[in-house]
Amino acid sequence: MSTGQMTITFALVAAATAATRFLPYVLFPEGRKVPAVVMYLGKVLGPAVFGMLVVYCLRNVDMASPSHGIPELIACLVTVALYVWKRNMVLPMAGGTLCYMILLHTVF
Amino acid sequence: MNEQNIKGKSRRKAARALVSCFPLTIPVMAGYIFLGVTYGLLMRTAGFPFWLPTLTAAVIYTGSMEFLMVEILASSFHPLSAMATAFMVGARHLFYGLAMLQKYGNTGWKKFYLIYTTSDETFAVNYGADVPEGVDRRWFYFWVSLLDQMYWVGGATLGAFFGRFLTFDMEGLDFVMTAMFIVILLAQWEKDGTRLEGCLRDHVPEITGLGASFLCRLLFGPDDFLIPSMVLILALLLIFRKPIAMRREEVQR
Repeated sequence: MSTGQMTITFALVAAATAATRFLPYVLFPEGRKVPAVVMYLGKVLGPAVFGMLVVYCLRNVDMASPSHGIPELIACLVTVALYVWKRNMVLPMAGGTLCYMILLHTVF
Repeated sequence: MNEQNIKGKSRRKAARALVSCFPLTIPVMAGYIFLGVTYGLLMRTAGFPFWLPTLTAAVIYTGSMEFLMVEILASSFHPLSAMATAFMVGARHLFYGLAMLQKYGNTGWKKFYLIYTTSDETFAVNYGADVPEGVDRRWFYFWVSLLDQMYWVGGATLGAFFGRFLTFDMEGLDFVMTAMFIVILLAQWEKDGTRLEGCLRDHVPEITGLGASFLCRLLFGPDDFLIPSMVLILALLLIFRKPIAMRREEVQR
């Protein structure tokens, strides 16, 4: 690609990405009444999307790989257990990640 | 004198919001700097100039799309397909936007910036946060957005300049993102009710999100499952709108 072509590609990608961010706010500006179905979606999409993002983060786990996804499974369980035990946000993140790194470097 | 008072007051308001939100952004810092450095390094290895990672990180500011940009810019000129890819990769922002319509409402000049810097992690922190009493929510959201973007751009810049000198093994640090989403999902689960009886019916949105994406991941593979997942989630939530909405009202009562 020439520099000009790169600039065009970059500009279009940036514009398309920004469009995904601004579209909901353009469609439903402040002051205009938001339809009930959109309000409902706004409430239930949050929890659903986090389920999706967890799966998204783990999308490359391969059961057929040498580790069979066991380090990921253990680290997830540790994260959940720490949360249920301490009801705290930061500790499970630190604990789960540390556990995962140790597993990768020592066992798997 | 009076004017100075007002200035000092609003400065204190901003400072208090910064202090109260910073701890929540620490996991994002770890994840973003790690991924950002990787991105900066990758761009340099592909032969692009040192300033390109910083520029793309700041302007596009969508990690997955930026990683794709390395390949797109290195291949032949297909601007429209690049644009379509960007729209699909960013499609989840539409979800975040709908979920944040109310929270980002009435935020004045900050609103444009809040929308422009919507990302998985910033949405996660701002959507999940209970802004403490006495803290200005507009400043709170603003600082989270700004800090997160600084971590990402800073990471990409570091990677572009110093990536080749990295010698210690950081493998596995990216799990911090996964852990963050798990914790937020659990917190959300608690918010939607903690009783055991009828527990599955209280958490239809969470279960739909997990189940539909898992199913689509099995069916479509790791690279193409996000769009089908979103379509399926949207369809299921709309089909079962009546029972879900009724149940939620019951729980909140």
